[in-house]
Amino acid sequence: MPLLKTVNLRKQFGETRACDGVNFVVNKGEFLSLVGSNGAGKTTLVNLISAQLQPDSGQILFEDRDITFTTVTDRIKAGIVRSFQIVNLFDGLSVFDNVALSIFSRDGKAVQMAALADHDYDVRRETIEVLGEFGLTNKIEVPAGGLAQGERKLLDVAVAYALRPRLLFLDEPTSGVSTHEKAQIMDTVSSVVRRGMVTAVVIEHDMDVVFRYSDRIVMMHEGSFLADGTPDEIRANKDVASILLGAPLAS
Amino acid sequence: MKPDPNAPRDRSLPRLAAAMAPVLLLLILLPTFVETYQIQLVTYGLIAAIAALGFNLLLGYTGLLSFGHSAYFGLGAYTVAFVVQRLGPHSMEFYILIGIPVVAIASALFGYVCVRHTRIFFGILTLAISQVVYSLALKLYWVTGGSDGLRVPRPALLLGLLNFSGPRGFQQFITSYYYYVLAIFVVCVVLMWVVVHSPFGKALQAIRDNEVRARFLGLRIRRFRWISFLVSGTFTGLAGILWVPLNGLTTPDVLYWTFSGEIVFSALLGGFRNFTGPIVGGIVFTYLKTYAVATTEYWQLLLGVVLVTLVLVLPTGIVGGLSTLGLRLRKGRS
Amino acid sequence: MAFLTIQILNSLLYASVLFLIAAGLSLIFGVMRIINLAHGSLYAVGAYVTAWLVGRGIALGLPPGWLFLLLPLGALSVALIGIVIEPLLLRPFYRRAEEYQLLVTFGLIQILEDSIRFIWGGTPLSADALMDALPIIHIGGLLYPAYNLVVIGIGVVAALALWVAIYHTKFGVMLRATSQDRRMASALGLNVGLVYVMAFGIGCFMAGLGGAIVVPTQAAVLGMGIDALVIAFVVVVIGGLGSLKGALVGALVVSFVRTAGIQFFPELELAVLYLIAALVLLVRPTGLFGTA
Repeated sequence: MPLLKTVNLRKQFGETRACDGVNFVVNKGEFLSLVGSNGAGKTTLVNLISAQLQPDSGQILFEDRDITFTTVTDRIKAGIVRSFQIVNLFDGLSVFDNVALSIFSRDGKAVQMAALADHDYDVRRETIEVLGEFGLTNKIEVPAGGLAQGERKLLDVAVAYALRPRLLFLDEPTSGVSTHEKAQIMDTVSSVVRRGMVTAVVIEHDMDVVFRYSDRIVMMHEGSFLADGTPDEIRANKDVASILLGAPLAS
Repeated sequence: MKPDPNAPRDRSLPRLAAAMAPVLLLLILLPTFVETYQIQLVTYGLIAAIAALGFNLLLGYTGLLSFGHSAYFGLGAYTVAFVVQRLGPHSMEFYILIGIPVVAIASALFGYVCVRHTRIFFGILTLAISQVVYSLALKLYWVTGGSDGLRVPRPALLLGLLNFSGPRGFQQFITSYYYYVLAIFVVCVVLMWVVVHSPFGKALQAIRDNEVRARFLGLRIRRFRWISFLVSGTFTGLAGILWVPLNGLTTPDVLYWTFSGEIVFSALLGGFRNFTGPIVGGIVFTYLKTYAVATTEYWQLLLGVVLVTLVLVLPTGIVGGLSTLGLRLRKGRS
Repeated sequence: MAFLTIQILNSLLYASVLFLIAAGLSLIFGVMRIINLAHGSLYAVGAYVTAWLVGRGIALGLPPGWLFLLLPLGALSVALIGIVIEPLLLRPFYRRAEEYQLLVTFGLIQILEDSIRFIWGGTPLSADALMDALPIIHIGGLLYPAYNLVVIGIGVVAALALWVAIYHTKFGVMLRATSQDRRMASALGLNVGLVYVMAFGIGCFMAGLGGAIVVPTQAAVLGMGIDALVIAFVVVVIGGLGSLKGALVGALVVSFVRTAGIQFFPELELAVLYLIAALVLLVRPTGLFGTA
């Protein structure tokens, strides 16, 4: 049984078919990369799966349960978490609070107003653990708005990861950072994901990153899937090469 | 080295206590060296501070600017007046007992309507609601006394233990009421401090900073904003409850939009991005207004000019400005 | 039958005034993406200035025809205030958090309202003379002032003029371009700052005109600005912020509901209007044609 399955998912914006009958399968424990040129429909697909958008038609199944009409909160509770293309943090709160909030929310403790946040030692311990895994321990008190771009990206993923998702969608986690930082981010994400046994779907443009870290690569083009396979299979795929090089498709 | 999760992380609590202790001491000793009029003024200041503190939970921490907080203040005041008229016992505790649920329910109701919207529509809605309440207070004169308002006599404090009559009654009342309000003020400050530093408070700030991300953390935005509104309105309502026995009278003026403006101004003056900002702002504003009213009939105009100037020149308010200054001095020294 | 006609005419009258205020607000929002909370107070200034001008005009013995010219003059004075306000108080905040914009314009309300009180005092200021300059006409046995019809006419003309200006002139193109994409318009060589000032000036002119044409029918009183602000918001809430069509539809809806409301609940007229505001916002936050 796949962890996630979409059945004929469609989403149209005016004339544009962002998702054109997409049958997406994600297996448990995979590190999957979702690639394709801009406008191929990758972010729309993630938006549909995370309930930011409603599909025009089709189904979304999570562990064989139909979740097509559930809300954002339901999906997060089920374990589907996403991050955003543009870094989306709580700039006024400290690095620590950013992550701690995920844990509070996850455990249903965010509504508590009669207790001090800092006195919840369970949450504090877990927050420090997570920050340790992402290498942000020495920036605990810094407001998120004051971090460097690479650190912000890491924090962004850490905040999503702290929700202990079953299925984690990362939208371009390495965009806008230097090559060195890219490796740092992806090494961290990859190891954290594998150790935590989280299934990850990463939208990426940097093909080096994609080939190095993925178990499986799915390529989207104009709203549908063009190719789906292991890095070796994809490397051998002529259509993929055409898209990447800008030449017309073979057939 | 991994930080110890059991070590106290929040350095601001001891710092806050350290800052407040001398101030508190000063406030406790105040009646021994100033006259009755000054004591009264400080009491009004503390009441204004409570109102602004409540208001700022919505503005500073939740990111919602309300132009209608006079509604809760006024409802608190009028509830006390109604209790006096209909129910009899002139006990301060009784006023508070009845008043708080009333303002809480009103905040819950109006808040529910208002938090479905943000920014400008939220602001206009809060304004519209307070104007409805104002016009009702004005029109239903047979209940509310219309533009003349309702009188509220001196209540007994501490469940009737302290009664104020006789030739020195007024001075005794003022002094005792001052301590009464001071005690409640301290309780309010501590309560609000806990709320703001609780998981709930952090969630509010997150929603303020980035609503989308907060939603994708699983937080129910509307619910949090509603609860914040409820707490905020209740604090401001409590200020109204405390205000009317001191003022002796409540009129529709205290429901009018200009009064909401005074609350907004107090928070801005002190600095709405700090916890202590509204407290400082409320007290300073009380003095400013007293001075302005004594100086000119057109003190609203003066207030408006100062407000605009503040936003242009010192948007972080007194406390914000002082802390920036403090930072610069520290940097300069090192 | 005649009674019904009068009610309809009164509704149209009120709708004309509302349209002017709301269209001004919508125009400013549409182009500049800002809300001027003091918009209602500018309307009040227009009313007061016009009433005062009419008073001076009468004292100087101006013939009635000339008195009518004082209406656009009153509106112009408000436009001038607007042209001063925009660079001074609004421009510093375009890039800042929205709260500051709201706070500044709120402070502006206090300044304007108290300035009105300072200049003209607390007693209502009327401009009946202008209304009396026109005859009373008969509508099926009932008397009705012809001036009211003029107001309706002005409302219609204003709506048409705006529509033409925005959709059929070069200036309108500039306005629409700037409202759609400020940076792009700037990159194309449009002087965005100038467009902003002019849009703001026009918006204020309309608010002022609304005040100018209403004051002969109803004396200017303190607090009229705040009431106008909230009602104008009800109009844009129904019609949608940023839409000219919306301002027209919204104005008509609010006006007719208000006329009906006054018939049945005259005591609570004010409260009814505010309640409508709350109810509408509860049900349809973006309005019928809104771009917000």
